[in-house]
Amino acid sequence: MRLILIGLVAGFFSALFGVGGGIVVVPLLILVARYSERPAMATSLAAVGLISLVGAISYGFHGELKPGAAAVVGIPAALGAVFGSSLQQRLANRTLSLAFAALLAGIAVWLLV
Amino acid sequence: MWALLAAGALGLVAGVLAGLFGVGGGILFVPTLTLVLGLTQLHAEASSLLAILPTAAAGAWRQRTYGNVRWRPALVVGVAAIVGVEAGVQIAEALPEHVLRRLFGLLLLAVAAQLAWRSRRKPPYAS
Repeated sequence: MRLILIGLVAGFFSALFGVGGGIVVVPLLILVARYSERPAMATSLAAVGLISLVGAISYGFHGELKPGAAAVVGIPAALGAVFGSSLQQRLANRTLSLAFAALLAGIAVWLLV
Repeated sequence: MWALLAAGALGLVAGVLAGLFGVGGGILFVPTLTLVLGLTQLHAEASSLLAILPTAAAGAWRQRTYGNVRWRPALVVGVAAIVGVEAGVQIAEALPEHVLRRLFGLLLLAVAAQLAWRSRRKPPYAS
């Protein structure tokens, strides 16, 4: 039930801002579903993959995708994600939580100014 | 040429953050696509979702080898999110964008504060 609610909220913000919803899924899995950091972040990635797949297909039908531009950022990002995931395994949960909180605060400031 | 290199470099940074924190990277992809590659906001948001695909797939594949992925909850969250997207689209059309940005910014600040609060530890020995 909580998971369904988390998904609804994530999809909602995903549609509003064109993001996959991970910045909402991760804290909700940690704070609401009581996941610890690593499983929350890993499970979020899998969910985000699914959300973006459906979103991309739906935009694709409207002819709004630019596959070349997506590849320019997406292919280096896939390599980065492999490195980032490995790096995550070497960091303490507390460090991950605080760094993620800092990332969210940074995004918040950017949205507010 | 420089724009392509800059976009690729920003993509790499977004990917590292994505793998590190379990997000898709869209929050960096969208401004990269609009400001560096000159896409419109709509094309950028659409193409960002396409760029998230390989990013999330690569990250989830790595995380699977570490045994961190819980597939069934991921499926439940993902499917519910697809329903939530519909609601989001309706609201997005009803409210002005700057109001949405402010609200989302405030929400993220509150979440950040709560995560930081939760991470605080008691000192290892009582004083």
